[in-house]
Amino acid sequence: MSHLSPEQLSDEAKKLIVEYIEKIDQLKTKDRMKIPPQEMPQQDPEIRSHNLEEVALGYTMEQARIEAMRCLQCVKKNCVEDCPVKIDIPRFIDHIAHGDFQTASNVIKEASLLPAICGRVCPQETQCQQSCTVGKALKDVDKSVAIGRLERFIADWERSTGKISIPEVKPETGKKVAIVGSGPAGLVVAADCRREGHHVTIFEAFHKLGGVLRYGIPEFRLPNDIIDKEIDTLKSMGVEFKTNFVVGRTRKLTDLMDKDGYNAVFVGTGAGLPMFMGIEGESLVGVFSANEYLTRANLMRAFDKGHADTPIYKSKNVAVLGGGNVAMDSARMAKRLGAKNVYVVYRRTEVEMPARKEEVAHAKEEGIEFYFLQNAKRIIGDEKGRVKEMECLRYELGEPDSSGRRRPVVIPHSEFILNVDTVIVAIGNGSNPLISQTTPQINVNKWGNITVDETQKTSVDRIFAGGDIVLGAATVILAMGEGRRAASAINKLLAEDIEKEKVSSN
Amino acid sequence: MSKIIFKKQLSKDVFMMRLDAPLIAEERSAGQFIILQIDDDYGERIPLTIADADKKEGSITIIFQVVGKTTLELSEKNIGDNIPTLVGPLGKPTHIEKFGTVVCVGGGIGVAPLHPIAQALKKTGNNIITIIGARTKDLIILEDEMKTIADEFIICTDDGSYGRKALVTVPLKEICERDPKPDMVIAIGPPIMMKFCSETTRPFGVFTQVSLNTIMVDGTGMCGGCRVNVGKEIKFVCVDGPEFDGHKVDFDNMMSRLNSYKDIEREQHSCFLEQEIKNKEALQ
Ligand SMILES: Cc1cc2nc3c(=O)[nH]c(=O)nc-3n(C[C@H](O)[C@H](O)[C@H](O)COP(=O)(O)OP(=O)(O)OC[C@H]3O[C@@H](n4cnc5c(N)ncnc54)[C@H](O)[C@@H]3O)c2cc1C
Ligand SMILES: Cc1cc2nc3c(=O)[nH]c(=O)nc-3n(C[C@H](O)[C@H](O)[C@H](O)COP(=O)(O)OP(=O)(O)OC[C@H]3O[C@@H](n4cnc5c(N)ncnc54)[C@H](O)[C@@H]3O)c2cc1C
Ligand code: SF4
Ligand code: FES
Repeated sequence: MSHLSPEQLSDEAKKLIVEYIEKIDQLKTKDRMKIPPQEMPQQDPEIRSHNLEEVALGYTMEQARIEAMRCLQCVKKNCVEDCPVKIDIPRFIDHIAHGDFQTASNVIKEASLLPAICGRVCPQETQCQQSCTVGKALKDVDKSVAIGRLERFIADWERSTGKISIPEVKPETGKKVAIVGSGPAGLVVAADCRREGHHVTIFEAFHKLGGVLRYGIPEFRLPNDIIDKEIDTLKSMGVEFKTNFVVGRTRKLTDLMDKDGYNAVFVGTGAGLPMFMGIEGESLVGVFSANEYLTRANLMRAFDKGHADTPIYKSKNVAVLGGGNVAMDSARMAKRLGAKNVYVVYRRTEVEMPARKEEVAHAKEEGIEFYFLQNAKRIIGDEKGRVKEMECLRYELGEPDSSGRRRPVVIPHSEFILNVDTVIVAIGNGSNPLISQTTPQINVNKWGNITVDETQKTSVDRIFAGGDIVLGAATVILAMGEGRRAASAINKLLAEDIEKEKVSSN
Repeated sequence: MSKIIFKKQLSKDVFMMRLDAPLIAEERSAGQFIILQIDDDYGERIPLTIADADKKEGSITIIFQVVGKTTLELSEKNIGDNIPTLVGPLGKPTHIEKFGTVVCVGGGIGVAPLHPIAQALKKTGNNIITIIGARTKDLIILEDEMKTIADEFIICTDDGSYGRKALVTVPLKEICERDPKPDMVIAIGPPIMMKFCSETTRPFGVFTQVSLNTIMVDGTGMCGGCRVNVGKEIKFVCVDGPEFDGHKVDFDNMMSRLNSYKDIEREQHSCFLEQEIKNKEALQ
């Protein structure tokens, strides 16, 4: 795909807006379908594969308004149906088309608390944009209304005005809520419970806040500033943060209630247990879990070689195993850290890859090579125990499995050698067992995920859970959705407590 | 954030500090460790064993050897200075019960983590035979502390400058040959020492527990950087350990993993270290 420069895109949009702005309220479906989809301005691939700056630069105001005019304002809102938090999409888009960005922002915020983040990282092509009428009519999901980019535009616009509204906080209730983990699930619970006037403390194991948003997703996709702003908002609302606090170790989960007086707890500890392939050579020097590689690079800032104390492996030829967002992030990070050749080795085909489409496209533009229908068989080391090469096998697609995807089948005797010095394993995360090991009363399923009821309550009274620790490695928006549900159950529980106390004191 | 409330130099490169950390002091048990960071943004997270804790004072004690950038910077901090990141207690506590006769072998800085374990074992009524070893006399730490809790006490140096001129494996072998042989051995020190202690006890079938000091990042089981091969399994030292059955640990792999970043660290820090040394010399 050839890209226009950000300047060209901006100029085009400026021309178009003059044409359309007058007839904005007279546009027919036919006219709207003719409006060219607005491409996302982005950094040049050659340049960006050497820096950590954000790849996608965001729509200009004109681009956003033009793109918004493509929306047909459907009566049957497929997009809303497929949005996990049911943002009123056509309504906020209509406000953008009319240039009323503040109202657009208010509409989004009725349903979503972290639009700057979700606009950047949600897999829109499998959610809201998947069944958008425009995309359907044009028989190309890439031509759907760019809902995610518009959401991001509004969030960025609001941030640029410097007047992010701090949600109102009700009078103090004297009730205390403990939140374990500062990922998206925890942040959302904090906001929703604090609004009701409860005292809220977030306990985070790391020295920095944000969970995977901070340590996993690289800055070239989600700059730290954006996470900082969300956290600043929570701080201004009076949410308390305790970093370097591993619940289960620094304090037992139940002690938060029994000894420290919290009235309810939310567990949002994420997936955070790296899976390995279980193949020969996985302990060699030069084999990393994606979590380790990305944590060193992002959280510990190892990409900033002159300043950071935390080292990162020097690589020339890197193989990344897996096909999700985690694999894309690892591959693109390795490239930015100076690797010459980066190969993504995935045992199915491009169609089955769970990564966001945009990330795959970006990775290709940056020179990442994709080896589909292949997988690692073993990793081979040199005499010093360092990775020297990787033996792979070829696959073909066989019968569909239970998920309907065609199962990859090994082609016998198809072994071949890939010359690599580094292998990054990005095949998924299990659930971190720390909480369940130190809180045996909490029920988990056979994969170690905490089991909850429809209000997100665990098997223990007053303890709720949500996000990846319940869902298994999932998405930011689903974690947020679970957080909202848990918060409303916690708020209800605490309101009942307060009611009971009133009755008994009368 | 945690304040340094006491500092003492134990030998040329070894320092002891007491840090203000009431929650960790309350929760910790022998065998557990903390992770600290000297700079919140760019610092490295390094694991150090909790050598002791004082619940009343709300403090923990660490004993560390200067081997690289972070430990050097830490050694330059003084009473009243703050450490921005301190997290713990991490790892599984040592399993303490009455085993009978336990041989506690400590090599170099490994005596620091060994001390609280030996103390706890002594309290539970075990008969403690202690062997401590170091390259040379100046590198011996906690001699008196270890002596007071030992029923039998052996000290050796590689160069014979103090105690017996031997590697710790020599007296260890002699003890294993006794009748009755000891019930258990705990060996903590450099990986190569733990490897050879395990090799020494293997033919006698004496259970040998080692405490592994792999490279770590988070310390909560999230990254897998600390993984080691134990028997046929992959274990994460920070959550499954740090203590393992020495007869099952793949020490050679562990040692090569410890050197993962040696070249880079040398390159990155050498200019820094040289400058530090010059600064110090200028002061003297
Ligand atoms: C590299 C990568 C890329 C991704 N890309 C995308 C994407 O593009 N789009 C998308 O939608 N999703 C993406 N995801 C998935 C998404 O980030 C997660 O689904 C989401 O962050 C889960 O949120 P959470 O709040 O449940 O947990 P997390 O974000 O995992 O946060 C959990 C937090 O809890 C802390 N914690 C854990 N245990 C304890 C404890 N005992 N005490 C105190 N604190 C504790 C952790 O340190 C962490 O900060 C990606 C994930 C990764 C790893
Ligand atoms: C569970 C555990 C408990 C520990 N307890 C203690 C203790 O009580 N006292 C103490 O002095 N040390 C202890 N260590 C070792 C200590 O963590 C390292 O010495 C420290 O990380 C080195 O950091 P640095 O920045 O000063 O050196 P760096 O500049 O990072 O490294 C200097 C040299 O040390 C090596 N190195 C790096 N990390 C480690 C490591 N984790 N272990 C061993 N060598 C390493 C490097 O390969 C390099 O050659 C413990 C380690 C673990 C895992
Ligand atoms: S489905 Fe597409 S066109 Fe229809 S309202 Fe939603 S965004 Fe607009
Ligand atoms: S240090 Fe990261 S898993 Fe052990």
